[in-house]
Amino acid sequence: MVQVETAPDATLLWTLRDALQLTGTKYGCGASLCGACTVHLDGIAVRSCMTPVSSVAGRSVTTIEGLAGEELHPLQKAWIEEQVPQCGYCQSGQIMQAAALLKANPHPDRELIISYMNGVLCRCGTYTRILKAIEKVSKSGKQ
Amino acid sequence: MNNKKEGRAHPMSRRQFMLTAGGFSFAVTAGAIAPRFLGDPEPAASSGDQQLTAWVKITADGKITIYNPAAEMGQGSMTALAAILAEEMDADWDKVTIEYSPVEPGIYGMQWNGTPGGPMITAGSRTVRGYYKPLRQAGAKARYVLLYNAAKKWGLPQSGLKTDRGYVIDPAGGRKLSYGEIASFAQIPPSVPEINEQDLKKPEQFRLIGQIIPRYDIPEKTTGRAKFGIDFSLPDMVYAAIARAPVYGSTPELLNENEVRTSDGLVDLVKMDHGIGVVANTFEQALKAKKRMQIRWSGEARAKGYDSVEDYKSLELLIRDENKKGRMVVDTGDAPSNIQSAYKIYEREYRTDYLYHAQMEPLNAVIHIAADGKSAEAWAGTQAPDTERNAIAKVLGLDESKVTFHNCYSGGGFGRRQEDFSLEAAMLAKQVRRPLKLIWTREDDIQYGAFRPMSLQRMEAGVDRDGHLTGWQHRIAGPDNRLQTGGVRMNYYTIPNQQTEHRVSHPGVRTAFWRSVGHGPNKFAQEAFIDEIAHDLQIDPYEYRRRMMKDLPRHLALLDKAAALSGWGKSPAPGRAYGMAFSDYGGSYTSGVVEISLDQESGQIKVHKVWAAVDAGVVVQPDNAIAQMEGGIVMGISSVLQESITFKNGQVQQSNFHDYPILRMADCPESIEISLMPSSLPPTSLGELSLPLMGGAITNAFLKLTGKALRHMPFTPAKVLEVLSK
Repeated sequence: MVQVETAPDATLLWTLRDALQLTGTKYGCGASLCGACTVHLDGIAVRSCMTPVSSVAGRSVTTIEGLAGEELHPLQKAWIEEQVPQCGYCQSGQIMQAAALLKANPHPDRELIISYMNGVLCRCGTYTRILKAIEKVSKSGKQ
Repeated sequence: MNNKKEGRAHPMSRRQFMLTAGGFSFAVTAGAIAPRFLGDPEPAASSGDQQLTAWVKITADGKITIYNPAAEMGQGSMTALAAILAEEMDADWDKVTIEYSPVEPGIYGMQWNGTPGGPMITAGSRTVRGYYKPLRQAGAKARYVLLYNAAKKWGLPQSGLKTDRGYVIDPAGGRKLSYGEIASFAQIPPSVPEINEQDLKKPEQFRLIGQIIPRYDIPEKTTGRAKFGIDFSLPDMVYAAIARAPVYGSTPELLNENEVRTSDGLVDLVKMDHGIGVVANTFEQALKAKKRMQIRWSGEARAKGYDSVEDYKSLELLIRDENKKGRMVVDTGDAPSNIQSAYKIYEREYRTDYLYHAQMEPLNAVIHIAADGKSAEAWAGTQAPDTERNAIAKVLGLDESKVTFHNCYSGGGFGRRQEDFSLEAAMLAKQVRRPLKLIWTREDDIQYGAFRPMSLQRMEAGVDRDGHLTGWQHRIAGPDNRLQTGGVRMNYYTIPNQQTEHRVSHPGVRTAFWRSVGHGPNKFAQEAFIDEIAHDLQIDPYEYRRRMMKDLPRHLALLDKAAALSGWGKSPAPGRAYGMAFSDYGGSYTSGVVEISLDQESGQIKVHKVWAAVDAGVVVQPDNAIAQMEGGIVMGISSVLQESITFKNGQVQQSNFHDYPILRMADCPESIEISLMPSSLPPTSLGELSLPLMGGAITNAFLKLTGKALRHMPFTPAKVLEVLSK
């Protein structure tokens, strides 16, 4: 539970990054086009760059910093095992998007994974590894 | 190494390492990168004055810090460089931490020919290639120092001692000392011998190089802890955005300054030549105030009225003019007359549009000028920290030594992360005098981008009765002499009589290095042209390339490998086809095959599978090398199928990812298979090697599938339908 004072029309993204110093959530496009800013709002993946902070009052927001519990989230482990990130800038958004998917559907097929992940851009071209990491977790049944 | 450069290096290198080492520890310094000091008697006289280059620090607790001179923007070289040094030092990899080196080009930089000492720019896929030898030598010297000290301690000759994973061992006496223990008493020897090739490990002795070493930066890039430039902040920091000239070169006049100054949280407005800066308490406030500005742009900008689609017509005139001469880049034998007298002559033209980098982290910089104005610190992710530092110093009127530049992780570079953002942040902070973070919005990043230049390429070739090429002429027209001739030499094909020429145009728009630089457009034209000729001659394009490689076993092996991986020659599934291409970059070679299909109705091409074989000498990090190849292939497909920047009335027409699409997961190949060829040659480039394959391979597959050639990148559905209808 955090309290933060912001301008009435402040977005969740910049509030997280600047007021709360949770910089794992990234700015990429400011227009819900790239998914780098993806966080969970009550467990659902949302783009924080287009989410007014006023709309999340009293609700649960999870950022990449809060995804791991005692140990890393299975997706984070898979990301390391598959050596997914290159520049890494989009990966918070990728992981948060994937975590929301697996929460809703622990065993998605490839088609569903791709359609669910399609909104999160990666310029370094790590998509094949992202897919592999998600499938790994999905098949292990660990999430 | 010239002395002038050395004179500019600060004395901080050794002193700072000693101080930060804490307690009684020592900095193992090695002169590999500064060989000029090895013959210098002064260090011998007083070890306290040694100024050998510092690459590694060992502290008494056993921790080994290796300094990384290069930007880390996703290419993974921070891990590779440390592994190279740790290998020869025989360090325990688990004890290694990696930090950015100070910005000291005289010590940590590298000249373009690979000579140590020079610009610190991370570009041209030269990092592992260039630092391989000096860092091996530095590691071997560090190991020598450790052996020297252990021998002294035990009163034994150094020659009887060995090292193993962080220990010096006395096999006869059954004793060992950890590197950390040695650090607690070690002294720098009076002299360190030259390290020659035969003093270094043999490849079969490697236990880090060529092994799967997880990348150092990946764990913190999965938890959100990794700090990119944009993540850095300071107490009392203000935020800035800039409204930049929509037509490059025009100057601003703010029409409603009084109104804008009433904006919430506004700190200041800063008039610049190319735009107006808005500084506010939060970034969102800065953006809001920026939106309110009414700016009149004026001045005689060269780009005024520029239309990049229309520009192809002027480039056609430029490139077809037989009386004109451009800059000759390759001229062997007599191409024109051998083409004229050939059995059959081919002529084709290929086009490539402007491209945007689309690095996921928009440009940004944080700067803090000291209260007395006599020094400054800056933080940003950049490919050229020394250039940034110098630019900031110039803006602030400070000596370069008074600006401390901290390089940060870069959220993608691809050639874009240089200079202008730090410079702007310094200009703003100079007026505002507060710690300041400048962020470019995505729209700023695209609309004031510096692009891969457009090109029109005219190819002419002649063949003899058997289809052998007898002459080859390649003319490139476009707006940047520096950026457009990379990769024009094809030393992997035997083609007599070659001529390549660049003819420059002057549209007045911003251009920059873009991953693979000239290779992207040029390999597309070369490889597509070769397939068009082979197609006309009814020769299999693989066989046609084999003919041109018959005396070049290294390249032939690579070509054969990619063909074998893909199962070249077997019939593809209905509606699919294979296409092949070959490329080089920075001493490395690659051969690739794609499998595509086409939606005849929409004109959408889909790349299903990619296979590539790579010959890049010794590969330091095989899995990362594969990742670089995969990434280049995906970025390559993206650029070939989707990406285009266009100008109208001098203005960039695209503004965000809705109108500058980059490849998404659904459009990514289902599989990318990479095979690394074994080699004992020194490492060569990897980061920009695979991207140039895609233009040629995709159009070649399309030619196979439809009998028609795509000659204008990107191959958007609209362009594909147009070609199909002809």
